Amino acid sequence: MSDNRSVVLALIDRHYQRLLTDWLACQKRDAKLGDAQRESEAREFARRFLEELRRCATLAQFDNLEAPECAPMRELLDELSRARLVQGFSPSETATFVLSLKEPLFELLRREIGDNAEGLAREIWTATGLLDKLGLYTTESYVRTREEVIRRQQQELLELSTPVVELWDGVLALPLIGTLDSARTQIVMESLLERIVTSGAEIAIIDITGVPTVDTLVAQHLIKTISAARLMGADCILSGIRPQIAQTIVHLGLELNVISKATMSSALALALRRTGKVVVDRAKSAAAPAE
Amino acid sequence: MAEIPILKIGDCLLVSIQVDMHDRLALALQDDLTERIVADHARGVMIDISALEIVDSFIGRMLNNIAAMSRVLDAVTVVVGMRPAVAITLVELGLGLTGVRTALNVDKGLALIRRIIDSDSLDADRD
Repeated sequence: MSDNRSVVLALIDRHYQRLLTDWLACQKRDAKLGDAQRESEAREFARRFLEELRRCATLAQFDNLEAPECAPMRELLDELSRARLVQGFSPSETATFVLSLKEPLFELLRREIGDNAEGLAREIWTATGLLDKLGLYTTESYVRTREEVIRRQQQELLELSTPVVELWDGVLALPLIGTLDSARTQIVMESLLERIVTSGAEIAIIDITGVPTVDTLVAQHLIKTISAARLMGADCILSGIRPQIAQTIVHLGLELNVISKATMSSALALALRRTGKVVVDRAKSAAAPAE
Repeated sequence: MAEIPILKIGDCLLVSIQVDMHDRLALALQDDLTERIVADHARGVMIDISALEIVDSFIGRMLNNIAAMSRVLDAVTVVVGMRPAVAITLVELGLGLTGVRTALNVDKGLALIRRIIDSDSLDADRD
């Protein structure tokens, strides 16, 4: 059996150069590789892919792609799908790289053992199984890489979007951008409470100008943040409530039980008054005594 | 059984909880505290929980009870020194401690009590 299986491999080994040229021609026709740099990269991957096939003694080792002896092939396909992902290829275009080997390979088989119909069918079946498996692995790897990218971006977004700003001595501002889900609320809460401890602030202004919608869940998260800050001895002022959001809050019957201001500036004015500070317009105060 | 000391600062009482609370200790503290409020004519009670890493619903209820009792005896209760992790846990448990005033540390707690007492006496004068 293993003798039969290695017929494909022996043919690949013997007609390596020609197969490579044919394969690249196929890819060029199908995938519209475009510029020269991409083409040379595709050539490099194709060369390494065939080298890898040549190197292995029998196709049986690819029955289980997770096996340690398949590690070089796995790495090659991982690298390929990562490179294609970065260049903006779709998953099917990426898998086509492997699957497009079928055409030149079957052509080769037909040329070499075309007179033996039974042998030809068997070899084609073996080669199809192998290439399908490798193609599927490439797609899987592509999806896995994409998921990694998404996860990393999510994490970066979390860190980016939760700054706590010290507006004045004892006044913190928390400008929220984007939707508040449970994970973000947790991070917002933690960073706000940490800053309350380090700065000794007594007032925190939570600005929701950048929050697109306020539903019951977001409101609940806001209430949690506000009561946690209150437990730490800081009062919260909610600001940046857009007209539509005010309507939504009333329609949903939400009870926020917090001082709210339409804009950040009026919230800051209230915070300054609460902490006993006065902002004076110099021109006016200079004019005042003259009256 | 360990006893929780109650310190007098001016017309305020300071209770610093540094050991694990259990039923009997909590009851003893409530007894001691109410007696001291009456005996010392205290106007404010500060409960410092900065040493507590875990505050469960039991301690939460105890704090609420103490605040309610003090209010009856005309003293304001301020809980001070809560850690961020404790605050988050209490909120997740649904315990907002709505009946209790809070402050970041003893300093601010004392200032808050002063402010409340002063505004109370202002109201009284106006009446």
